[in-house]
Amino acid sequence: MWKAILSPDFFSTILRSATPILFATLASAIAAKSGICNMALEGIMLFSALFGVIFSSLTHSAWLGLLITMVIGGLIGMILAFFILNLKTDEILAAIAINLTATGGTVLIMVAFSGDRGVSSSIRSVSAPTVTLPLIEKIPFIGSVLSGQNVLTWLAILAVILLHLFLYKTPLGLAIRAVGENKNAAESVGISSRKIKYIALIISGVLASMGGFYLSGGYMNMFTKDMSGGRGFIALAASSMGGDTPVGGFLVSLLFGLAQAVANVMQLTSLMPYEIILMVPYLTTLVGLGVYYYGQKKKKERLSGK
Amino acid sequence: MNSAKRFDIIRTIMSVLIALAISFVIIFMVSDQPLEAIKYLLIGPLTNKRSMGNVVESMIPLIFTGTGVCIMFSANQINLAGEGAFHIGGLIASCIAIKVTAGFVSPFAALVCAGLAGALFTVIPAIMKITTTASEMVSSLMINYIALYFGNYMLNNVIGDPKASAASYKLSEASELPVLIQGTRVHLGFIIAIAVAVLGYLFLYRTKMGYELRLAGENEEFARYSGVNIVKVIVLSQILGGFVAGLGGGVEMLSPIYSRFTWTSLLGYGWDAIIICTLAKKNPLYTPFAALFLAYLRTGASIMARRTDVTLEIVQITQGIIILLVVAEQFLSKYKHKIIAKEAKAALKDEEVA
Amino acid sequence: MDNQTVLQMNHIMKIYGNGVVANEDVSLELRKGEIHALLGENGAGKSTLMKVLFGLEAPDQGDIILNGQKTTIKSPQEAISKGIGMVHQHFMLVPSLTVAQNIILGVAPKKGLFIDMDKAVKAAQDIAEEYNFDLDVNQRVEEIPVGIKQKVEILKALYRGAEILILDEPTAVLTPQETDELFVQLVKLKDKGHTIIFISHKLDEIKKICDRATIMRNGRSMGTYEVKDITTQEMSRLMVGREVSLTFDKNEQHLTDDIFVKVRNLTVHNSQGVLKVDDLSFDVKGGEILGIAGVEGNGQSELIDTLTGLNKKYKGEIRIKGEDIANTSIEGIRALKLAHIPEDRMTSGCAGNLSIQENMFSNQYKDTAYSGRLFLKKKAIEKRSDELIREYMVKCKSRKQNVGMLSGGNIQKVIVAREFSTGPDIIIANQPTRGIDVGAAAFIRKRLLEFRDAGCAVILISADLTEIFSLSDRLAVMYKGKFAGFFTDVEKVTEEELGQHMLGIKHDDVLEGVTYE
Repeated sequence: MWKAILSPDFFSTILRSATPILFATLASAIAAKSGICNMALEGIMLFSALFGVIFSSLTHSAWLGLLITMVIGGLIGMILAFFILNLKTDEILAAIAINLTATGGTVLIMVAFSGDRGVSSSIRSVSAPTVTLPLIEKIPFIGSVLSGQNVLTWLAILAVILLHLFLYKTPLGLAIRAVGENKNAAESVGISSRKIKYIALIISGVLASMGGFYLSGGYMNMFTKDMSGGRGFIALAASSMGGDTPVGGFLVSLLFGLAQAVANVMQLTSLMPYEIILMVPYLTTLVGLGVYYYGQKKKKERLSGK
Repeated sequence: MNSAKRFDIIRTIMSVLIALAISFVIIFMVSDQPLEAIKYLLIGPLTNKRSMGNVVESMIPLIFTGTGVCIMFSANQINLAGEGAFHIGGLIASCIAIKVTAGFVSPFAALVCAGLAGALFTVIPAIMKITTTASEMVSSLMINYIALYFGNYMLNNVIGDPKASAASYKLSEASELPVLIQGTRVHLGFIIAIAVAVLGYLFLYRTKMGYELRLAGENEEFARYSGVNIVKVIVLSQILGGFVAGLGGGVEMLSPIYSRFTWTSLLGYGWDAIIICTLAKKNPLYTPFAALFLAYLRTGASIMARRTDVTLEIVQITQGIIILLVVAEQFLSKYKHKIIAKEAKAALKDEEVA
Repeated sequence: MDNQTVLQMNHIMKIYGNGVVANEDVSLELRKGEIHALLGENGAGKSTLMKVLFGLEAPDQGDIILNGQKTTIKSPQEAISKGIGMVHQHFMLVPSLTVAQNIILGVAPKKGLFIDMDKAVKAAQDIAEEYNFDLDVNQRVEEIPVGIKQKVEILKALYRGAEILILDEPTAVLTPQETDELFVQLVKLKDKGHTIIFISHKLDEIKKICDRATIMRNGRSMGTYEVKDITTQEMSRLMVGREVSLTFDKNEQHLTDDIFVKVRNLTVHNSQGVLKVDDLSFDVKGGEILGIAGVEGNGQSELIDTLTGLNKKYKGEIRIKGEDIANTSIEGIRALKLAHIPEDRMTSGCAGNLSIQENMFSNQYKDTAYSGRLFLKKKAIEKRSDELIREYMVKCKSRKQNVGMLSGGNIQKVIVAREFSTGPDIIIANQPTRGIDVGAAAFIRKRLLEFRDAGCAVILISADLTEIFSLSDRLAVMYKGKFAGFFTDVEKVTEEELGQHMLGIKHDDVLEGVTYE
């Protein structure tokens, strides 16, 4: 088993399975920074996984497919924002509504588009390419971990850096943080918190849609019913454990990747039944949440001088 | 305020109508026989006794999970593990119904254990929140998937019938809940469900504990200041809510609809429960009505799906839109403000006269 | 000073979503370069009017005329772009950002796509210097004292080119020294041509600094006056509508033998670990009112939370009617017949979405008169609610109306009715009359005295000095978690003396008569 863990394949798996969670975690982080818990990530990812397949197949291009999917993801973020901000819908209930619509809507669209139910086997989609790194590839071990990853994995890492710069170094990022921390303060200087939250939710939608696209155009190459499998929910947990910061979210996502990779190894070595392996991400999240918040609580208690 | 309540009702009806209208538009877009489809959707359930029976039988799980969620949400705990509680309730009821063959004992033991299992699953997020401050919402979402994969594990490794594919051994006949109306599958569970809704109402609105629970749900600080033991209330509400949801899973499993445990994915009743709870304004007494509406819609949709080219899943879209509009405070709010401003102005005039 | 009118608000009406008429008919006229007081009791509609002016609320009727042109202000952005700035009562600052970041928030200087932080710091420093504000713009807002935070607020408005500056009760949170400093700065602003709206209900401050005053009562404007031509008595008459005298006929005191509340060496830290109550000891017997005065935030809230069992983390000893409450639940403490009127009625005094009836029984639903082993006795509760509504004169449509729909005074009456109806032996009243109408306040004060006469121990915390003076039998002044002064003969204490203790200028080390031992 140790041999399996020390193989480059193991580390490559970490990155591969962390990617969709990382996108969603970033999506959750930016929404949270603006003061909204975006539980609709799950639905947005699910929609995007389907649209990714459909549009990359229609355009015969992974890139165009990704682009269209991102636009749609942003649109869904905008619809969510419209309900939360204009119609004052409870954000959790609005998200539940979008998730429900996604569960039904994806099947409806898939049937209408291809006649498939369950799995989009008859759609010929184009997956996003993998990236071979010319020099690094030659380095033993590291080369085989880093080279050959899907381009979206690299995009996700790039997104971490960009989002960090955006939130902490740009006027808009400052406004987003201000709105999330003290909405009235931002309003009082003429920042429209509604506009800022719209922007944050649209960006959140775009990021989540990239995660969704990766599911059907990187991780796998087709759409299956309910394929987001709660990753959007896991991302909520991951993001809060990372302090709702891009870098923190990145580290926590890697941890999830690690848990998944370990589970895979255990499955290969038949140490654990298949169904329990599938349970690992959710159990990890549950335990992680407990441990993280327990630590936070203890820290607060220490600070209060008790 | 009477006008406010009247307004709520008008808005709920408007939301439903708009949601239906949008669904019709979608049907027109995807279907070659849209009028047919809409006809089946709207009046399909009324065409024969069996379909009407289908409506009633599909109300049953909705009433259970709806009532469970009403109880959990009344304590202001956004616990979404009702889904998992229902699933695990069905699983545990099957396990017992397979093994225990004695009449009466079998369904009784199965249902009680289903409820307890459900309670166990919904109380975990509550306990986590109390001991670690972790958000119950996120942890309850994880619980659902854990329930699902635990169920799959049991199905494939413990109770699975090697002769059947993805199904457990047959449940003992003694465990099956009797049919109430011949020619349909409306079973004893319906009575239990109505009883649960009524008991849920009595509990929340007529008992000391229910009062404490709503106090804590409306304003936790105020409840604490009043001397309510918040921890006790939160834990108890989540246990009760989960018990009801788990019981629902058990009842569904022991109904004439199933003879083996076959759930390999989550059925979504936990999410439906949130719509029920929203439509019922957190009052269990109204859950049967909300459940009737959803059940009717679904039965209509499944008739439509059988007879035409429109898929069943359109209902989820309709439901999603209904939630969005019903809970959208500002939807039609201009109209509401007009009513209230008019009343206030009238009141001012009255004061001046007096 | 020229007499050019810069702003007119004519016949403004604003009705809130819950049907409350906050502004019925208000008119206001501002002249360039004046400090204009907007005067009125809590709930008179001052804040609403300013929210209308600042674009936070849309008026249902009325016009705004700015610099001679009729205009509508739909958002704070619009207000700011039209040269209106507002310093809110609750500071509108983002704690984790620096002073400079707060000042430039929303109008940050840019370098490419990014914020030019150097330029931002420079700009913030420049404007601070221009107006002689002494502060370090690189500090995080969460680390600076209240007085400085207010300066940051004013600078924020000035940085955005505010010509008209609205200050909403700016002195409420300040020490006297900080207030003086603020006044100096306001006069400077006025000299530079800024127009200031000064919202307050402190008459002496208005006399000191304002040129004209518009007085509001019950959502109507009662007229605008030159401050130098109107006496404080007249102002208060216009504000309140009738002369309010706070002279109560206090009956002779009959103290019980038992000590009802006994506190020894009580030390409490707040959740951030800051020392809030510092080695405090005192006694209260039945039949007396112990008044506790003090500037807000000197440990009063923490003291009350600890006495009532809301906070369990303390050192020292508290005995309620002889029982050590270290391990007694809130329910257990209430069972000792302790009633508590909380400081903030909306956060801990009631549940706005529940009915009046449901709010009236939160402390006694377990009483066998109102419930059996499991069920509530609906009939008994309904009957009692109606009685209490009548007895306490709660203005409402029925007992089924949600408490959140009532006015502040009526909500407070519901709370007081609930707390008093259990026949308490100990009453802890924290700001019992804050922000409610005069009639309701007088009613509550009278009740407190009746309970005192009946042998109840009352602890009264109030920011209203007149109230403290007229009700207390013994009087403590809290400053930084300690009693800075203690008076057993309340009538001999002057407001000046009290003020000096409140501000920590005078600090008695030996306190006579705090305990009965």
